Amino acid sequence: MTTFPLAARATEVAARATELSKVYGQGETQVVALDRVTVDFEQARFTAIMGPSGSGKSTLMHCVAGLDSFSSGSVRIGDTELGALKDKQLTRLRRDKIGFIFQAFNLLPTLSALENITLPMDIAGRKPDKEWLNRVIDMVGLSGRLSHRPSQLSGGQQQRVAVARALASQPEIIFGDEPTGNLDSRSGAEVLGFLRNSVREMGQTVVMVTHDPVAAAYADRVVFLADGRIVDEMREPSADAVLDRMKRFDVKGRTS
Amino acid sequence: MFRTALRNVFAHKARLLMTVLAVMLGVAFVSGTLVFTNTITDAYQKSSAKGFDHVDVAVRAEGREDTGDTLAEQPELTQALLKKAEGVTGARSAIGVVSGFTALADKDGDLVGNGFQSQGGNYWGTHDPRYPVTEGRAPHGENEVLLDSETARRTGYHVGDTVRMSVDGPVLSPRVTGIFTTDDGNVAAGGSLVLFDTPTAQHLLGKPGTYDEIDVEAAAGTSQRELRAALDKALPDDAVYTTTGRQLADDQAEAIAASMSGLKQGLLVFAGIALFVGTFIIANTFTMLVAQRTRELALLRAVGASRRQVTRSVLIEAFVVGLAAALSGLLLGIGIGAGLRALIGTFGASVPDGPLVVTAGTVGAALAVGVVVTMLAAWLPGRRAAKIPPVAAMNSLHAKATTKSLVVRNTLGSLLAGAGVAAVLYATTLSGSEGRAPMGFGAVLLVIGVFVLTPLLSRPLIAASAPVLRIFGMSGKLARQNSVRNPRRTAATASALMIGLTLITGLTVIAGSLQGAIDRMAASSISADYVVSMANGGPLSPKVAEQLAATDGVTALSPLRNAPARINGETENVTGVDGADIGRLTAPTMDGGSFRVEGTRIVVDDDMAKDQGWKVGSRFTAAFEDGARKTLTVAGVYQGNEMVRGIMVDNATLTPHLDDVSDMQVMVSTSGGASEKTKDRLEKALGDNPGISVQDKQDISDSIAQIFTLMLNMLYGLLAMAVIVAVLGVVNTLAMSVFERAQEIGMLRAIGLDRRGIKRMVRLESLVIALFGGVLGIGLGVFFGWAAGELFSSSLPTYELALPWARMAIFLLLAGLVGVLAALWPARRAARLNMLTAIKSE
Repeated sequence: MTTFPLAARATEVAARATELSKVYGQGETQVVALDRVTVDFEQARFTAIMGPSGSGKSTLMHCVAGLDSFSSGSVRIGDTELGALKDKQLTRLRRDKIGFIFQAFNLLPTLSALENITLPMDIAGRKPDKEWLNRVIDMVGLSGRLSHRPSQLSGGQQQRVAVARALASQPEIIFGDEPTGNLDSRSGAEVLGFLRNSVREMGQTVVMVTHDPVAAAYADRVVFLADGRIVDEMREPSADAVLDRMKRFDVKGRTS
Repeated sequence: MFRTALRNVFAHKARLLMTVLAVMLGVAFVSGTLVFTNTITDAYQKSSAKGFDHVDVAVRAEGREDTGDTLAEQPELTQALLKKAEGVTGARSAIGVVSGFTALADKDGDLVGNGFQSQGGNYWGTHDPRYPVTEGRAPHGENEVLLDSETARRTGYHVGDTVRMSVDGPVLSPRVTGIFTTDDGNVAAGGSLVLFDTPTAQHLLGKPGTYDEIDVEAAAGTSQRELRAALDKALPDDAVYTTTGRQLADDQAEAIAASMSGLKQGLLVFAGIALFVGTFIIANTFTMLVAQRTRELALLRAVGASRRQVTRSVLIEAFVVGLAAALSGLLLGIGIGAGLRALIGTFGASVPDGPLVVTAGTVGAALAVGVVVTMLAAWLPGRRAAKIPPVAAMNSLHAKATTKSLVVRNTLGSLLAGAGVAAVLYATTLSGSEGRAPMGFGAVLLVIGVFVLTPLLSRPLIAASAPVLRIFGMSGKLARQNSVRNPRRTAATASALMIGLTLITGLTVIAGSLQGAIDRMAASSISADYVVSMANGGPLSPKVAEQLAATDGVTALSPLRNAPARINGETENVTGVDGADIGRLTAPTMDGGSFRVEGTRIVVDDDMAKDQGWKVGSRFTAAFEDGARKTLTVAGVYQGNEMVRGIMVDNATLTPHLDDVSDMQVMVSTSGGASEKTKDRLEKALGDNPGISVQDKQDISDSIAQIFTLMLNMLYGLLAMAVIVAVLGVVNTLAMSVFERAQEIGMLRAIGLDRRGIKRMVRLESLVIALFGGVLGIGLGVFFGWAAGELFSSSLPTYELALPWARMAIFLLLAGLVGVLAALWPARRAARLNMLTAIKSE
């Protein structure tokens, strides 16, 4: 482990969901997306959320990341209770404490790579920490392409810009929604490598939703979701172990 | 395909609403114009036709050409001629008609009406079939008059009241002995009509013993044509000409239609501008709809629809939208037509009653305009839709719209704009009338060129706004970049606003400069304190000048007395002035000699001196009305203008040779100078006459300016239509942008831009586009205003370009306001976008 201040609190919890439920609709058409989920995401750890389609894994991430509202229970990011926050405070929380990496890269086509990276800080009106910024850019290997527009970059490069954007503002926690979903396997491996390095070397906290066992194997811990509930958990996963666990969902899904 | 097209119309109701509104407004403008003008024309024609019911044949005096060195004697319609006409076989009766300006004062002493519709006439005998008396009795002698019932109702005068009026200066105070009704067109249009008995009318309005017209009624069984032939045979054909009543009615109807057609065409031009602006919105909407449906259209192609079918489906959609818009526009237009007629009534000009006229032509034009404009505008997007390859249906990502290079467009635009500027500049070197055609041509070229060039212009002009936008942080930066992302669309949106502002600014520049020119002209050519004239500009009795001369404090006075004279084989108007005082009342710049009018010494303006080849000291002979000849000497040549011009002769020389002395104006200077008090004193000296206006220099400038102001306000109102349509265009474009960038907006929200930031981003984008259009429009408007002014200045020496900075600032603010207003709804929508659906990749 490194000597970062964050690492000193390595066992502390970065985000926590308690008895978290999310229900869509009412009466007969009611759909329970999350059913009293309680889960901790530890600091300076790389956590993957897995589960079959419709298991509620994306919903869980959206609720914890302050992107979506929930029906009952509570969510904390650091010391902040999300349920009590209004839209404006939530927006500020996302801006200052959370980083995001999306499946579809979601870069602004009118901004250069560098401008995209510093976008969250520009929105906040903060000056980026130069030293940190350079370190992040070096890590993702974008030094030579900072003035390029997204349309001049490959998919892998674009997602690296997105990773740098998430890391640059030194958020308390980074959420990734299928960050490798639109990438070929080599680019995907690169992006996952960066995320793992940011956790190991910089003490960053990362939570990632994925359905790819290979991607999940990069994480320190995998949480399995099915039908809106946490059904299993795995520490130091390997791709094969994750795949085996996932296969059991399929069988169960078909027999039940 | 038809069903698919229909479904699409209903699926995109909100988005098509803007298109429908834009087309609807244009169509409403067109149909409103047609309904209004047709209704008014119809009403006037019907009412004026009634006015000719009692005329079978009208006899009027034939004007004789002047020949040789003398003025011809003009024939008159005398009592003898009337008797002769009455005695013709087939004639039942004949009426001698006398008419002229008669100003009537209301109970407050102010003139009834605007002066141009204040008429007087004669009541024929004891029973005049033209004017049925409903109350009281016919007038007898100088102190009795009849009032028309409409005027009596409006002013509150009753039989037995004493009223104040004036024909050519002196105030008359006759008693009202009766009220009559009439179908007279002038009265139906809100004018007043006062009737005297025939001798009084002849004395006041014409010449004793003569008539302006003799109306002959045919005996039973005699046709108008037969009667006319009989009259032609009986009356001297070198002195009179005859017209049948039907011909008069037809001529009148034609004249009314012609006078309305000017208004109609003017209004239709503005409707055309509104529709033209509308086409940008329609094209934008359909481009967007097609882009949005790329996959859907590709799917249609994949399952076997041909290109033509795809194009047709877009056009059918346009047809349905256009038809709906045209129908609603037609209804709105009928409403506007009815509203306008009511509105005119509240301005005091009453229009004869009549049904609202909605012709088949109006309905046809409205529907055709709506449908054709919409389909034309949708044509290009439809073609583009057909080019979507079937494979686009299989791609998960939206097919990126190909951004074609702007090189061809920019080259073409530069050529057009360059040619336009060149033509306009060339036109400014020509004189007024010659320059008009090349200038109009150049203006059209330039506007089209700028249209074509707007995408190119958008980048530098919008980049110039960066320092201001930086204040708004990230929202400002994103707004600026977003506004140049799709230059074509931004250009089309801004152009829509540009057209309206170009016209508004151009007109304002011209009007402001003209106003200045007139002020300067009045200041430089008139040094009199007051100019006294009739309210309608008609002749004044010489008594007015006498009354003024006898007023305390009047230091200098000169009537301007117009009279014809035969000079060098041509008939010219000479102006009789008071030679002793005129030098103190006008102050024209002299080209040569001195401003000295005395005896046979005259002054003449530079234009006429040039035409006649006169110089200071030249002599010429003038033959006056009584046939006498005088040899006159040019004492000075002055620079003439609209207010002071022509040959000025001393009244002492001119007046003895005139048949009928009347003045056009009287110029007065007073010891105290122009002041409210002096004006009151002069008005009192004239008996507080309702028919006479006493104006100082500023009043004269103002009354001329009033015409401009009124016209300008009307044009502002009409052009507001184009601006409203442009607002719809901005709304449309923003809605489009927000829709297309939903994913980006979702991402921005996710990474921490709050709702206010998003709203601000959309608003600023709107503001930038609107101001871009505003700056272009104002710039072009100033250029056109300057160029048009160059044309005027050749005939108006005091013309100088005056840029109305305050107004221009207001226009720019207005453009900004358009931007802010247009962004209200799209910004709200953007702020409310669901982040989650927005950031999902599909």
